Amino acid sequence: MKRNGTSSTGRTLALKPGLRYFLLVSPALVALLLLFAYPISIILIKSVFDPQFTLKHYIYFFTNSLYIRVMWITIEISVLTTLTSLVVGYILAYVLRRARPGIRNIFLMAILLSFMISLLVRNYSWILVLQRNGAINILLTYFGLIDHPLKLLHNKFGVVVGMTHIFIPYIAFPIYSVMMGMDLNLEKAAQNLGATRWQTFWRVSFPLSLPGIGAGALLVFIMALGFFITPALLGGRKEQMISNLIQIQVVDLLNWPFASAMSAILLVVTLIIFFIYNRYLGAERLWGGVKI
Amino acid sequence: MRKSPGKRTNWHDPLHIGWPLWVVSGSAVFFLIVPVLLLVPMSFGSAEIIEFPPTKFCLDQYSKFFTHPGWQSAVLNSLQVASLTSVAATILGLMASIALVWGRFKGKGFITGFILSPMIVPLIVLGLAYYVFLAKLGLIGTKLGLVIAYTPLTLPFAVLPISATLRGFDRSLEYAALNLGANRFQTFMKITLPIIRPGVMTGALFAFMIAFDEVVIALFICGSGAVTLPKKMWDVIRYEIEPMLPAISTLLLLLAVFFLVSIGLLQRRLARRMEIR
Repeated sequence: MKRNGTSSTGRTLALKPGLRYFLLVSPALVALLLLFAYPISIILIKSVFDPQFTLKHYIYFFTNSLYIRVMWITIEISVLTTLTSLVVGYILAYVLRRARPGIRNIFLMAILLSFMISLLVRNYSWILVLQRNGAINILLTYFGLIDHPLKLLHNKFGVVVGMTHIFIPYIAFPIYSVMMGMDLNLEKAAQNLGATRWQTFWRVSFPLSLPGIGAGALLVFIMALGFFITPALLGGRKEQMISNLIQIQVVDLLNWPFASAMSAILLVVTLIIFFIYNRYLGAERLWGGVKI
Repeated sequence: MRKSPGKRTNWHDPLHIGWPLWVVSGSAVFFLIVPVLLLVPMSFGSAEIIEFPPTKFCLDQYSKFFTHPGWQSAVLNSLQVASLTSVAATILGLMASIALVWGRFKGKGFITGFILSPMIVPLIVLGLAYYVFLAKLGLIGTKLGLVIAYTPLTLPFAVLPISATLRGFDRSLEYAALNLGANRFQTFMKITLPIIRPGVMTGALFAFMIAFDEVVIALFICGSGAVTLPKKMWDVIRYEIEPMLPAISTLLLLLAVFFLVSIGLLQRRLARRMEIR
C-alpha cells in the first residue's frame, strides 16, 4: 500500500505523496458521496419541490404553532439532558481522574459496559423501572413512602432520565481524557499560593477541563436534538421531539415532502453546530477526545 | 485515594475525593448499570406474563426465544448484516485512516469532518433518506439495502480506533523494511498490519456493535423481508406485550459483556505490541 511521503524511496515513485494518500482515502469518500451524501440530498431536494419549486413546507413549519411547540420541546429536552449528563459526567470524570487504579477500573468498566448495552434494552429497562407497577413504585409503596404510584413514565421526567442514561458516557469520556492530560501539581501550586479548595477548583481545575466539557456537551446536544428512540418509548404525547414528528408524518400521514422539510431543518441545525465544532475543536475529538 | 493529612491545613491533597463526590459518582454508576441488571432475574420468570419480581424460576423465556422462527430469522439477519457492514466499514476505514493520520494533502480537515459526519447526522434523517434512495433501487426489505445504509454510519466508529492506533505506531519499522528491499505493499502486509491488527479489530467490533443495534433506520428500510433483531424488539416493545423480552435483553447484556472483554483484551495486546519495537 502506498503511504509515507518522507523517506527517500517515496520520492522515486511517480505519484506525489499527497496524491497517494488522497487515493487511499478516496474509496471511503466515494462510498460516502454515493451512499450517504446523495441519499440525503434527495430528501433536501424533495423538501423544496412539490412538484414545482416551493417553500410552502418550510413556511408551514415555521408558522404553525404545533411545530413551534415541538421545536421548543426538542430544544428544552436537549438542553435539560445535556445539563444533567454534563453534571453527572463531570463528577464521574473528576472522581475517575483522582481515584486509585482499582476503583477507577471498576468505574470505567461500568461506564463502558453501559455504553455498549443495546439502546433498546436500556430504554426497555427504564420502562420496567419507571412504569406504574415498576421497580421504583413497588419499592416506594413497600416502604410506605407513597400511597399512589407516581407517574414517572410517558412524561418529561422519563425522557430526561432515559436520555441522560444514554449520554453520560459520551460526556464523561471526553472530560476524563482532558483531565488525564492535566497536571495535578497545578492544584497543589494554587493551594500553596493560598487558594482555598473552591478557588482551586473554579480558577484552575475547571478552566483546564473546559475543552472536554465543550466537546462532550456539544456532542450530546447534537445527538439529543435528533434523538428518536427514547422520546418514542419513554415520552408521552407532549414529549414527542422533532424526530418523532418526522416519523409520524411519514408512517401515519405519508406526507413525504413535509417530513423531508422537517428533516432538512433538523439536519441543517445539526450540521451548523457540527461545523462550528469541527472548526474550533476538531471533529476527531467527538469520541473520547481522541485526536487523529 | 491517598490518605488525606490528619491535621487539616490549607494544603490539600489533589487526589483526595470527598465523601459527597463518592456518593454522587457511586450513585451514577449504580444508575448506569442497575436498571439493566434488573432484567436478568426477570428473564428467569414466566414466559406468559410479565411480572416483577418474578414468582417462579424457569428457562421458559429462553426456550421460547430460541425455538421461535421469527426471532431466529431476526437474529440471523442482524448477524449477517452487521458482519458484512463491519467488514466493509473496516476496509474503507483502514485505508482512510492511513491517509488521514499519515498523509498531508489539501482539504484533509474537511475530509476528516466528512468521514466522521455520519456519527452526528440524525438517524431519522438517514432513515428517510435511505427509504427514498433504496426504494429507487428496489432494495427496501433486503439485507443488501441494510448494509448499504449501515456502512457509512459505522465508518466513523471504525476510523476512530484505527486512527488512534496508527498514531501510536512507530513508522521507523516501515522504513527499516523498505530499506531492506521490501516494497510498500509487502511492508504493509508483513510489518504494519500485524502490529496494528488489534486496533483494526477494535474498529471492526465497534462497527459491528453499531450495526447490530441500529433500529431507527431499520424501521424505515427493513420492510418485511429483512427484519432485524432491533426492529423486531422495537415492534414488540411498542405494540405488544411480550414476556420474553427480559430474556432477549439478558442475552444482549451478555453480548455487551463479550464486546467489553474483547475490546479490553485487544487493547492490552495492542499495548504490548506497541511496546516491543
